[in-house]
Amino acid sequence: MNADSRWSRIASSTIAAVSIVVMSACSSRAPSERARAVTVKGSDTMVILGQRWAEIYMQKHPGAVIQVTGGGSGTGIAALINGTTDIAQSSRPIKPSEAEQVKAKFGVDVIETPVALDGLAVYVHESNPVSELSLAQLKAIYTGRLRNWKEVGGPDLPIVLYSRENNSGTYVYFKEHVLENADFAPAVQTLPGTAAVINAVAKDPKAIGYGGIAYGVGIKALKIKKDDASPAIAPTLENVATGRYPISRELYFYTVGKPSNPVARDFIRWVLSPEGQAIVTEVGYYPLPEEKRHEVARRWEQQE
Amino acid sequence: MREGRDAREERRRRWIDRWAHRVIFLLSLTAIVTIVLIFIFIFREALPILTDPEIQREASLRHFFHPMEGPDLASRYMWQPVALVPKYSLIPLILGTLKTTLVALGIAAPLAVAAALYTSEFAPSRIRELIKPAIELLAGIPSVVLGFFALIVLATWMHRLFGFETRLNAITAGTALALALIPIIYTVSEDALNAVPQSLREASLALGATRWQTATRVVLPAALPGVFASLVLGFGRAVGETMIVLMASGNAAITSWRFTDSVRTLAATIAAELGEVVFGSPHYHVLFFIGALLFVVTFAVNSAGVYIIHRVQRRLRGEV
Repeated sequence: MNADSRWSRIASSTIAAVSIVVMSACSSRAPSERARAVTVKGSDTMVILGQRWAEIYMQKHPGAVIQVTGGGSGTGIAALINGTTDIAQSSRPIKPSEAEQVKAKFGVDVIETPVALDGLAVYVHESNPVSELSLAQLKAIYTGRLRNWKEVGGPDLPIVLYSRENNSGTYVYFKEHVLENADFAPAVQTLPGTAAVINAVAKDPKAIGYGGIAYGVGIKALKIKKDDASPAIAPTLENVATGRYPISRELYFYTVGKPSNPVARDFIRWVLSPEGQAIVTEVGYYPLPEEKRHEVARRWEQQE
Repeated sequence: MREGRDAREERRRRWIDRWAHRVIFLLSLTAIVTIVLIFIFIFREALPILTDPEIQREASLRHFFHPMEGPDLASRYMWQPVALVPKYSLIPLILGTLKTTLVALGIAAPLAVAAALYTSEFAPSRIRELIKPAIELLAGIPSVVLGFFALIVLATWMHRLFGFETRLNAITAGTALALALIPIIYTVSEDALNAVPQSLREASLALGATRWQTATRVVLPAALPGVFASLVLGFGRAVGETMIVLMASGNAAITSWRFTDSVRTLAATIAAELGEVVFGSPHYHVLFFIGALLFVVTFAVNSAGVYIIHRVQRRLRGEV
């Protein structure tokens, strides 16, 4: 009984101490600093990229504060609609219903700004002899019609499927472009974050998973064929930039009109500059092709 | 003059006393009001499932429990909320929750009750002083840490050991969950065993019974309702636990009876999907309906557990 109360006392005093520290940390932030802070929220795929952009931008512009958080593309766009973020990062285009909500709430159109390109890699365990799949095979695997690796030229092992949670832009993109809107098989395991998918695939020779190329370390990324007649294309920088790799997509910033915060406006202009685009490559994604970059930057300047 | 000051002092003290009383009463009231408000909020958000015909076209009780067309069990009951035709069957989620809970209780109950029996009946006081806080410290590990451990370490061990087809499954998640249940079951069981009057043990030993016989045939039966209550509380925790299963279960909503399949639980579904869901959509209300369901189940189960404990305590004090 004695020991019992001692432990509970230690536990409660620890909790009290931690909460005091947390509270003081929250309240010590100066209000002027908070007013200037730009919040960027959304796609988990883009978190690393967004943070890197913010980091470099803040180094160059002392005094500017940009906070980047993840949560998923849907979360970011929901935050934009609710007015709790300045910029939503999204790895999928905004839905018409979401754009309407922004228009209805703020009376301004949402502005879509492509900021980078991303290829979706399909991963298997390093030891898996399968090195290429067609989009049709991929669809059959993820809808549960093909259940054994030997049906696609691998060993006689069941296929274990990994996917992202359904709040991720990656999930929606894969569902629309690879599954052509068919339902995922019920046996698909969903994990929070691409890192978790990679971790699971790296530990299971029977596994298959998908996610952004930037995370692809320690596993094998498959070459993808658009159809049976086309060549198998590896998810490399050139192949994504030229559009030859079949599972690639644009990554976007969304804003409610042109943001009133000058730091946010300047940040987006900078992201579209050659300097900002150089960071995209550094992080492992693909910069917008030069022509496209000019066009997007011009469009951004022309917005009211 | 002196008496006047004493009287003033007395009045002042009474005044402080009365106000302290009121403030503390208000503070304790806050807790109750908070629970009631949460209750009202969750049920208000879940209500459209039962009342709004617009929502009901996509999500109603019939969608939750009625089978669809399909060749096998897994395709008749599907949870696919993000789809052209959303499918909201709760059957795979309820089944998944029960499977992990069953595994967790199956592992935690014997271990925790045996440990409680050992520390209360057999252990020398030095060892007891070591085991008891150690087990109770297990309760202090944040569940996200247990979940992370299960995802990275435990799942790999168990995958190698048993050769599961899927690395993350009901057994792995249930095993991790058991770690969270052990302290609850242990603490409540230990209290129940300790509350058994010493006279019962002495009578048993005096009649020539061994310590083992005394523990298993006299003390344990006497404490059985309390031990049962500990299992009930453990059940409530297992059903509501989110982070461990979210990380260690694989979250595939498969309708099957196999414990080696990946599972998706009710609580993990809310955690995974509520962040993204469109405010006011059928999907949103379905998640709140699940929340209300969990609230009712854990509330009922925990109340039952606490009620049993009170009954036992009163009986052992000879009040009933």
